[in-house]
Amino acid sequence: MLGYFLRRLAGTIPVLIAVSILVFGFVRLLPGDPARLVAGPDASEADVQAVRQDLGLDRPIYWQYAHYVGEIFQGNLGRSSRTRLPVSYEIGQRFMPTLWLTLAAMGWAILAGMGIGVLSGVRRGRWEDQGGMVVAVSGLSFPPFWLGLLLIDLFSVRLGWFPTGGYESPASIVLPSFTLGLAVAAVLARFTRSAFVEVASEDYVRTARAKGLPERRVIWTHTLRNALIPVITMTGLQFGFLLGGAVVVETVFAWPGLGRLLVDSISYRDYPVIQAEILLFSLEFILINLAVDLLYAVVNPEIRLR
Amino acid sequence: MSASTVVAARIDSPLAEFWRRFRRKHVALAAGFVLLLIILAAIAAPLIAPYDPSTPDYDNVLSPPTLAHLFGTDSYGRDILSRVIWGGRISLSVGFISVIVGGVVGVALGLLSGFFGGWVDSLIMRGADVLFAFPGLLLALAVVAVLGPGISNVIWATAVFGVPAFARLVRGDTLALKQAVYVQAARSIGVSRLKLVSVHILPGTMPGVIVNASLRLGNNILTAASLSFLGLGAQPPSPEWGAMLADGRSYLGVADWLTLFPGLAIFVVVLAFNVLGDGLRDALSQKLR
Repeated sequence: MLGYFLRRLAGTIPVLIAVSILVFGFVRLLPGDPARLVAGPDASEADVQAVRQDLGLDRPIYWQYAHYVGEIFQGNLGRSSRTRLPVSYEIGQRFMPTLWLTLAAMGWAILAGMGIGVLSGVRRGRWEDQGGMVVAVSGLSFPPFWLGLLLIDLFSVRLGWFPTGGYESPASIVLPSFTLGLAVAAVLARFTRSAFVEVASEDYVRTARAKGLPERRVIWTHTLRNALIPVITMTGLQFGFLLGGAVVVETVFAWPGLGRLLVDSISYRDYPVIQAEILLFSLEFILINLAVDLLYAVVNPEIRLR
Repeated sequence: MSASTVVAARIDSPLAEFWRRFRRKHVALAAGFVLLLIILAAIAAPLIAPYDPSTPDYDNVLSPPTLAHLFGTDSYGRDILSRVIWGGRISLSVGFISVIVGGVVGVALGLLSGFFGGWVDSLIMRGADVLFAFPGLLLALAVVAVLGPGISNVIWATAVFGVPAFARLVRGDTLALKQAVYVQAARSIGVSRLKLVSVHILPGTMPGVIVNASLRLGNNILTAASLSFLGLGAQPPSPEWGAMLADGRSYLGVADWLTLFPGLAIFVVVLAFNVLGDGLRDALSQKLR
């Protein structure tokens, strides 16, 4: 197990290096002078020169990369060219709202998605199955921004049950987390169903049934427990999807999170913030993938022996 | 039944056999039919759209759906039905172009990777790992941040994140097909490598590629609409569906038809591609097994 853990950990290092090079090179791909971009469009020529020296842009490129990585390890991500505040502060402010939103969305999506998936798997081919899968494929196809607008229209504007947006009361999180979780619930429902159906055709399930075990035990102990292993992996991978989805949902509901910060930063061409956010998001995604793989190896010994 | 019909059925071409299976999937067939209608409507937009999509009519601002304007009019008095029809051209072209570009590049890389193996394989697959390290929409946002907002950049952005998925899929199929008896036989009689890959292996990867393309079409259309909604894709006054939704946002609860119809259009197209993709997968995977 330790051997697998170390191998898998070592495997992420080249990816981390490549991602950091991409994010580092990102500002240099942009047309124009990077010092000018960091200083902002209104900065004077002297300011730009100061930024150039400050960031070491007059030094060789490999020195700049080493410097960039070194600064990241010290928690220094530069300053926002829009607000002049440290990027780490800007991101720190936005981190918790996105975390809450993501966890709330994931929570209900897991419950609903797996619930519908298992129901569809158990009642395969009947109306519960067909209904569940129609709901799932529709949820997968629903544009999240349109869903958000429909929910605001119905529950905020017409019924007045929930606020139209913002981050003030606990009720604020209901509509955005529902919107964000819908596609994930749909993916999990489809995936759980197919995992369940696959396991249900295994020999040991037939044996369990043949030796006269009650149907409830066949479903819960023999089928469901084994079917849930791949579902765990899929659930972990959906977190990455939520990070992307948060960008849209936070914009619709004026939620002060990382996603909205990213969209605002792109509109204002605030490159230090964009750079840091992309690095942060891909780092999170890589770590989640790593955690999922390790969890999977804990549950399924076959993987770590490979 | 005479003996000759049985024999004829048995030597059905793979295409005919696929059609025989797919024909029974009524929902997927219906989805394909709906898509066909939408594609035809988008092509024939200048002929069938009742009004010009961009000419304002200030005497008819924010008109609810009426017989003259079936989907109502927007804040400039432009006919929403006409804009939705014209918008289909944008969304469908973005979807098709990005999937074709991402698919061609991804398939080529996957073939190279699977066929040659060794360092070529490692290099391409590590590259795919890096692209997979960015969640889909985020990768598209990063590309738009570098290239700047605009619909053509959205096409590149959505094409990029299709590449690793196609490459992995085709690599796997290529590895399996390389060992197939007919490929080994062709190799043993001295068929050139180029011909081996293009004539004997490439067609075998197509079922997976087609299914992935259909599901990805829906996905890319949704992503492109999301970017336009965020103001990073098609810019107003373009009748792109996502941009129309962003536009109609301020009239929520006052003039709901502004967001209802473009939203519905995105939903129907994406749903149809997903249902079609599911049906194709089911019909093809039975055949592969």
